[in-house]
Parts: sequence; C-alpha cells; structure tokens
Amino acid sequence: MAFEGLADRLQGTIKKITGKGKVTEADVKEMTREVRLALLEADVNYKVVKDLIKRIKERAVGQEVMESLTPGQQVIKVVKEELTELMGGEQSKIAVANKPPTVIMMVGLQGAGKTTTTGKLANHLRKKFNRNPLLVAADVYRPAAIDQLKTLGEQLEMPVYSKGTDANPVDIANEAIAKAKEEHHDYVLIDTAGRLHIDEDLMGELTQIKEDTSPDEIFLVVDSMTGQDAVTVADSFDEQLDISGVVLTKLDGDTRGGAALSIRAVTGKPIKFAGMGEKLDQLEAFHPDRMASRILGMGDVFSLIEKAETEVDEKKAKEMQSKMRSMSFTFEDFLEQMEQVKSMGPLDELINMMPGANKMKGMKNLQVDDKQLTHIEAIIQSMTKTERVDPSVINASRKKRIAKGSGTSVAQVNRLLKQFEEMKKMMKQMTNQKKGNKGGMNLPFM
Amino acid sequence: MSFFKKLKDKVSKQTDQATDKFKDGLTKTRDSFTTKVNDLIAKYRKVDEEFFEELEEILISADVGVETVMELIEELEMEVKRRNIQDTEEVKEVISEKLVEIYYGEDDEETVEALNIQKDGLSVILIVGVNGVGKTTTIGKLAYQLKQEGKNVVLAAGDTFRAGAIDQLDVWGERAGVDVIKHNEGSDPAAVIYDGIQAARSRGADVLLCDTAGRLQNKVNLMKELSKVRKVIEREIPEAPHETLLVLDATTGQNAISQAKTFKEATDVSGIVLTKLDGTARGGIVLAIRNEMNIPVKYVGLGEQITDLQPFNAHQFVYGLFGDLMTRVEQEEK
Repeated sequence: MAFEGLADRLQGTIKKITGKGKVTEADVKEMTREVRLALLEADVNYKVVKDLIKRIKERAVGQEVMESLTPGQQVIKVVKEELTELMGGEQSKIAVANKPPTVIMMVGLQGAGKTTTTGKLANHLRKKFNRNPLLVAADVYRPAAIDQLKTLGEQLEMPVYSKGTDANPVDIANEAIAKAKEEHHDYVLIDTAGRLHIDEDLMGELTQIKEDTSPDEIFLVVDSMTGQDAVTVADSFDEQLDISGVVLTKLDGDTRGGAALSIRAVTGKPIKFAGMGEKLDQLEAFHPDRMASRILGMGDVFSLIEKAETEVDEKKAKEMQSKMRSMSFTFEDFLEQMEQVKSMGPLDELINMMPGANKMKGMKNLQVDDKQLTHIEAIIQSMTKTERVDPSVINASRKKRIAKGSGTSVAQVNRLLKQFEEMKKMMKQMTNQKKGNKGGMNLPFM
Repeated sequence: MSFFKKLKDKVSKQTDQATDKFKDGLTKTRDSFTTKVNDLIAKYRKVDEEFFEELEEILISADVGVETVMELIEELEMEVKRRNIQDTEEVKEVISEKLVEIYYGEDDEETVEALNIQKDGLSVILIVGVNGVGKTTTIGKLAYQLKQEGKNVVLAAGDTFRAGAIDQLDVWGERAGVDVIKHNEGSDPAAVIYDGIQAARSRGADVLLCDTAGRLQNKVNLMKELSKVRKVIEREIPEAPHETLLVLDATTGQNAISQAKTFKEATDVSGIVLTKLDGTARGGIVLAIRNEMNIPVKYVGLGEQITDLQPFNAHQFVYGLFGDLMTRVEQEEK
C-alpha cells in the first residue's frame, strides 16, 4: 500500500522500546522521524511538519513519555493532541447578516468543486435553517458552468440568477443582490469562476465583487487531494480576499487530506465544511479531531461511533440484540437492520472508519458493493411473511419463485439462505461472549 | 561533455517556441526550486546529514513522492560517498543528474511520447480521471489540435452524470469545429461511447475522443462502470482504445499515485495528461508515477486557451524545472 498509517509505521520502533525501562532521546528521534514521514505522505506541508515535529519532540522527550505505559501510544497521543490543537475546534456556523440578504462568495482554483459546493450549501441552508437562498451564476468563463448551476438549481427547485456569458461577473453579483432584496431571499450564494491565485486580472475581479457586495462569508473551496501547493494557494487567496472559511471537497476519496492541516496552519481560518460525495446532500460539518486521526491514518473511530449513535434507533437496536441472542432473528429483522446500516452511509466508508480495519486480514482489499445489498434486499422482499420468519419452509419451488421475483438466480437465493444460517450461529456466539455490549454496534456485516 | 551541456544541446535542437511555452508555464516552479537548492548549498558548506534532510524537504515540497525522494536521497548519499564529495557545490550537479535520470530511465533518447494514432481507420482515445482535473477541457484542446493537424475528429459525451458536462463538451466541440455525439443526462455512458464509435465509423473519422465522468478511484462501482466502457470499445474495435489517458491535476499530492494505480488497474492507462501546470504547483508527482509505475506523461496543460495543451517532452520539462540551476553551474564551471 502506498500509504501506511502512522500506527503501522511506529510499530517497529515501539517493539524495540517495549521492555526497555526508559525511553531515550534516540528513541524519540526515531519515532518522530516516522511521524514526520507519515505527515509528509499525507501531504501536510513540509514547513508545517517541521514546526510540529519540533513541538512534538519537546513534549515527548519530557516526562510525559516516561510516565506512560506504552511510549509508542503516548507519542501517538502527543501527536494527535498537537494536530487537534492546530486544527482548532469545530466551526460550521454560517454568518447571518443583520440586514438580509446574507451574501456568501465561493472562490477557489479550477476544478476544486465550487459549483457543486454552492448547490450543496444552498441545500444545507434550506434543510437545516429553513432559508431561501438565491444562487448566482457568476462563472462566465468555463463553458457551461452556468448550465451546471442551473441544473443544480432545478434539482433543488431553487432560483438561479444568471445573465449569460457576456455579462461582467461584478455586474451579475450586484444585480443578483438587488434581485434578492426584491424577492426576499435571505441568502445569496455567488458561484465565481475558478482561477489561479497568481492570475492578477481575475483576482482583481474577485476583489471588485468583494468591494461591491461586501459579502458576509468568503469560502475558499479546496480539493482535499491537493499536495504541497495547498499552502501557497490558500495563503494567496486569503491575503487578497481575507477569506472567512474553507470548504474541503472530495473527502470521500482515499486521500489523507494533509492539505487541511496546512491550510489551517498557514491561514488560521477555520475549515467549516467537508464535501463527502457527488450528491447534493453530501456536505458535512468539518470535524477537526477526526481529520487529525485521518491524516495520521488511525481510523476514524469517533465518526463511526457518532454515526451509529445518531442513525441507529437505540430501542430497536436493543430489541434486535435480544433477538440475536435468542436465535429468533428472522429475515424481517435482517431487512430492518440492513435499512439502518444503509442509512449510515456507504458500507466501505463505514469499514474505512474502523481503526485497524485496513490491517485486518481480508479487510485490506475488501470492497463492499452496495449493489450486493440491493440484491439481498430484493431476495428478502420476494419472500412471503411465513418464509421470512421461518426460512426452513423454503423448498425448491419456493426458491425458484423467490429468484424469479427478485431477478436473481436460485444459486443466489441458496447462498443467502446459507449465509443467513451461518450468521445466526455467529451472532449467537458473539452475543454470548459480550453481553452488555452497547447496542447497534455488532451488526452482522461488520 | 558535461551533463548539463548535453541536456542543453538536446533542448536547443527543439523548436524555440515550444521551449518558451514550457519555460513560461514553469517559471514559478523553476524559480522556487532553483532558489531553494542554491540557498541550501550556500547554507551548508559540508555535505552532512542535515544537508540531506533539507534537500529531502525541497524535493518533497515539489510533490515528488515521499518514496521516490527517499530512494533518491539514498542514491545521492551513496554517490557522494563514492566520489568522495565534501563540498556542497559539487553535489549540485549530482542532484540534477539523478533527478533527470528518473525521468529518462534507462533510455535517454526517446523523450517525446507521441499519441498512438492509426494511419488508417479509426483511433479511439479514452479520457479518464477523478473529478475536477480537467478532462473535458483537455478533450476540447486535444480535439482542436488534432483538427489542426487535418484529422477528422468526433467527440463522445460519456460524462452523463455531472450537471452541465454535456453542454460543456458541446461548447468545446463548437470551438474546435468537431461533431459531438451525446445522449441525455443520466443515460448509460457505455451506450454513448458505443454510439460514438458507430457515428465515427459512418463519418469515416480518424479519431474518436471519449469523455467520461470524473470519479474518485475508491468508488468501486464507478470504476467497474469504467471497465465496462473500455470493454464496449474493445468489443467494437479489438485493438482499441488506442490510448487511455489519465488526466491528473498538477496540484494533486500523494493521492495521484493512488489514482494512477487504480485507474491503471481498471482501464490499463497508457499515458498521463498533467493539467494546471501554469499555477505554482510543481507537478513533481509525475516523477514518482514514472518511477513507480512507468506510465509516460504525454501532454501537459499550461493554460486555459485552446492552444495551451503541449505534448510532453521530458527534456524540456526537466530543463524548465532545473534550467536556471544548470546555467549557473555552467557559468561557474567556466
């Protein structure tokens, strides 16, 4: 694998230290070297890494390491604390102007995801705060950028202000605000064209829009896969426009996202949101502490726990557990459980969040296909009530009917029946072992 | 002949215009790299561990992959020992030599990787990549260039997912003066490409450029969809696609390696187009990709104009990156 987590990297060093009575400065040096590589591999800017390592060294050589039980863990803890501190607390608030409309400007390099993010943000404002935003298509340069925003507007059933590609973006922004006042929109989201931070003409245009519209927020949209250059870009945009926050996009990819740390360290501006997919509801509040774990490759255990907590109905989960224990778990329950898991997000995303999951045998290359779940769902839905409760009645002709009804094959039906039986056995063992376990976490898929 | 002189001779034989474009586009990159290396050499009189650590940082700051940098530093350390170099000034040449070696590999003559376009019959070029790297723009520019070369070009709007993507390709088709085969948004991309092939055949086209939706490489289903598109092309024309180009954003960091690996698995990538090299990004990650996977870079995007796509030339690229450094060494040699 190209990217090893810090935990993996440190394993060798930790082994050497365990059993020793004392951690020497040389040990710390060796460990911080691994930390440094892990951060660099995660695309954290080298200057930021340098400062961090210096601080970590100072803290680690001192008492903290000596007192700890496992020095390796202690180093990881120190590193994570430093990272979390650098990232700051969670801040996903959006400004509200005293006198509406609140104006938000979206800026960034080409291809960072400004237009999509504009759509997502509008959706977020309406869904969460019951706002009524006006989208403004001020990207007159990229071919069909206006069409793209218009299409998003249609999907959201929200108005989009546009004047075609011949108009001046500054005029578009001004007129849009006037229109928003007229039509009582409380938010105006201006989608500007992607531009290089070194393009003086285009940066001047943004400054002009800023002066004219005095936006309440200027969000810099940054691709989370950005490498060392993230610092230069963010710094330059911030210097010229004094941005108010950052939206990190494409975080549903497999990048470590060290750019987040670099941007934060250089600009001191909060990262407010994270783009987690191509759909319009896939914008999440940015969690600095989780990002710290991700950059270090330590798994996102917090996210997983929180997701399980919010999405899985506590009471239902308890019910389910007692059913599992008593072996009365049926296909009906299975179906219900699948719905709950699915509402938590794509399966591979969930598995990725489990710490150490990529180290587990077989898990490393495990690629969970959400389509398979759909097949399973279809098969169960093609069963009668009786069959779902008591699968033993399913004979050859019933199997044929189920396969036909679900558009699968008898072999697939057989496979599911067999898996279900095995799962039931496994669940019984599992639940017997750890009674009193928190509900909802020991789902059979995981 | 010194190493720099050889490289300079090679570059000067090539058209000045193209070299200038490269130099202009890479000004930022070259300046920062050269300044840094020179500062480093001025700072350290002796070649020691700290010197190498700082050199490591300079290379990493250009997004040259961590693994590649580690290999490089190791080789450098050995070379310095072997030649018994004490003075940091002398290391300069060794650094550039090693860097260039990665680009050229064993074979240092053939540095321009031309597109595989058939003399007779239809050549199919499939364009793939993650979201927002510039696939559609690259197709527009490529279509324009091929058209200028007298080729009959057809575009297939295979990005049926992103809002406005089909319109965007349409605009580029108009600008380049070529036909665009398209379906409605949300339709099956493989079907669009299939129709593209049929249309290109019936029009007797020379080149079919196939756009695809951007997808993050860890989305298994989307990668499978891409393999399917490739299979559809193969079924129609057994030796096609003649090229599968992976478009990479020069600002991308280490993730570019993961992109190259996964896309190569799914679609057997034959070349890379490195876009947005006109900013301050160094695009050093192509060094790592070349080093680890040996996928050649075929084009670089140096601006937003339709003419701003340049065939990649390793000599020019390296000269653009390290040209000033070399000139200075030469002057000092005199």
